[in-house]
Amino acid sequence: MKPANDKWGFRAEGSEQINLDKADSSLYRRLLNREPGFAACLFCGSCRATCTSGNEGMNFRLAHLLLQRGETARLKSLTDPCLLCGKCTLVCPRNVNIRAVVYNLKIMLHEPF
Amino acid sequence: MYQHNRYQKGKPQQVAVVGAGVAGLSAALTLKKQGVGVVVFEKDESPGGHLQQWHALFPDREPAAGVLDLLKQEVSEQKISLRTQTEVAAVTPSGDKFRIETSQGEQNEFDAVLLATGFQLFDAARKEEYGYGIYQRVITSAGLEQRLGHGGTGLTVNGRPPHRVAFVHCVGSRDEKVGNHYCSKVCCVTGVKQAITIKEHFPQCEVLNFYMDLRMFGTGYEELYREAQEKWGVMFIRGRVSEASQMYDGTIQLKAEDTLMGRPVRATVDWLVLLVGMEPEKRAQLWARSLGLRTGQAGFFSSPEKFLHPSLTTVNGVFTAGACTGPASIPESVSQGRAAAISVLEFLAKKDEAGK
Ligand SMILES: Cc1cc2nc3c(=O)[nH]c(=O)nc-3n(C[C@H](O)[C@H](O)[C@H](O)COP(=O)(O)OP(=O)(O)OC[C@H]3O[C@@H](n4cnc5c(N)ncnc54)[C@H](O)[C@@H]3O)c2cc1C
Ligand code: SF4
Ligand code: SF4
Ligand code: SF4
Repeated sequence: MKPANDKWGFRAEGSEQINLDKADSSLYRRLLNREPGFAACLFCGSCRATCTSGNEGMNFRLAHLLLQRGETARLKSLTDPCLLCGKCTLVCPRNVNIRAVVYNLKIMLHEPF
Repeated sequence: MYQHNRYQKGKPQQVAVVGAGVAGLSAALTLKKQGVGVVVFEKDESPGGHLQQWHALFPDREPAAGVLDLLKQEVSEQKISLRTQTEVAAVTPSGDKFRIETSQGEQNEFDAVLLATGFQLFDAARKEEYGYGIYQRVITSAGLEQRLGHGGTGLTVNGRPPHRVAFVHCVGSRDEKVGNHYCSKVCCVTGVKQAITIKEHFPQCEVLNFYMDLRMFGTGYEELYREAQEKWGVMFIRGRVSEASQMYDGTIQLKAEDTLMGRPVRATVDWLVLLVGMEPEKRAQLWARSLGLRTGQAGFFSSPEKFLHPSLTTVNGVFTAGACTGPASIPESVSQGRAAAISVLEFLAKKDEAGK
């Protein structure tokens, strides 16, 4: 993420810090209700490495991490490139049905909250 | 008092076991069943070692009290001679025997000695940045075990369930700052087990585990980790907690780097649990060194033939088993105790042959 005012190489306002006290994990929980299995994800990165759209910015590992930390802003751009081809689900060591998770996430991101 | 060993032809032989933890007791039971005279010295009031302090055991969360009772029952059935409240203060060679001196000044001679002096917990106050001993809601994993009984009432805050609990892995282990470079091995799975127990007591409580690496080395441990994620929603954050501070309401604020996100993270918790590591028992280490026992880099006893004869020491006739040889789980300590007993029997048989 490029800071808005990085003219001087640093930012005077805003913080990179993740504050778990303010994190809103409601979307994460709703997605877990639909696809509980992805809680077993180890953040190993195999899915992204093998992903057909990996070079287009598709990154399930990072999307999951952001979701878990309650950060939703980048989720759309991180999952939009997914073609739902299912290649990633062949490599996941924890057998997460990534395609189904992304599919449901895409729907939820387009649904009104 | 003296008994005849099954293999024995000459004089009756007697073995001293130092430490009545799971390792020492398992060794004593094996020796006794083979007909060897054993005396177990224990500095505490009661046998069992650290097992006495645990609530439920990984990986199955089996109640520790049941395991302890079974062990004690066997000890009394086998009529093991157990000398509690008797600390061994020195072991010295005396002819072809070893003289055991207790802290009360009593002296006795034995044909062989088995050291099962176990470990001591890392003193968490040495990691000053976590405020253990200063902030009330910063506790150790050992302290948490005691609070987990009675439905977890020891964790309620002003009568209500805790909102959030965080665990810090590797406290006093893998840390050059405290002089302990080694991994204590059992704390990762202890942290996972304790996280689950908290969720069992308080399903609404959020549990965070801050780790550097997760080391799920044993049978059933990885499965337990997965259960913690999938079934209980425990959140594992890779990053070492750098500091903790107490807030006005007694909660603890912690700071770490969320290294997978590459960003700093902050969280307020009701309890901060420090997963303390294992250190060699310092007092036993001192007299063992003057006896000529070699210790490895980390200070635990080490065998000159660690692959094939792990219970041997650099002194012929002195053997070791359990966590005094390095971090170990209970089943490992028990196996080591039983294996060491066999090495003792082999030594006694040879001694017996030579004596004839
Ligand atoms: C927080 C925590 C939780 C754990 N939970 C589990 C678990 O759930 N499952 C599991 O498998 N393992 C668990 N462990 C590991 C387990 O505690 C050890 O494997 C076990 O205690 C080792 O047994 P031991 O007999 O070698 O040593 P200890 O249990 O340390 O016993 C050694 C005994 O020797 C005595 N002693 C020492 N020096 C002398 C002396 N000079 N004279 C006389 N007596 C002496 C001590 O008083 C002590 O009674 C846990 C460890 C920790 C730190
Ligand atoms: S299903 Fe989506 S995330 Fe998985 S490999 Fe295909 S494009 Fe990538
Ligand atoms: S491959 Fe599976 S475990 Fe690895 S990051 Fe992707 S979803 Fe998670
Ligand atoms: S077992 Fe885990 S918590 Fe314990 S020292 Fe090793 S890595 Fe750290």
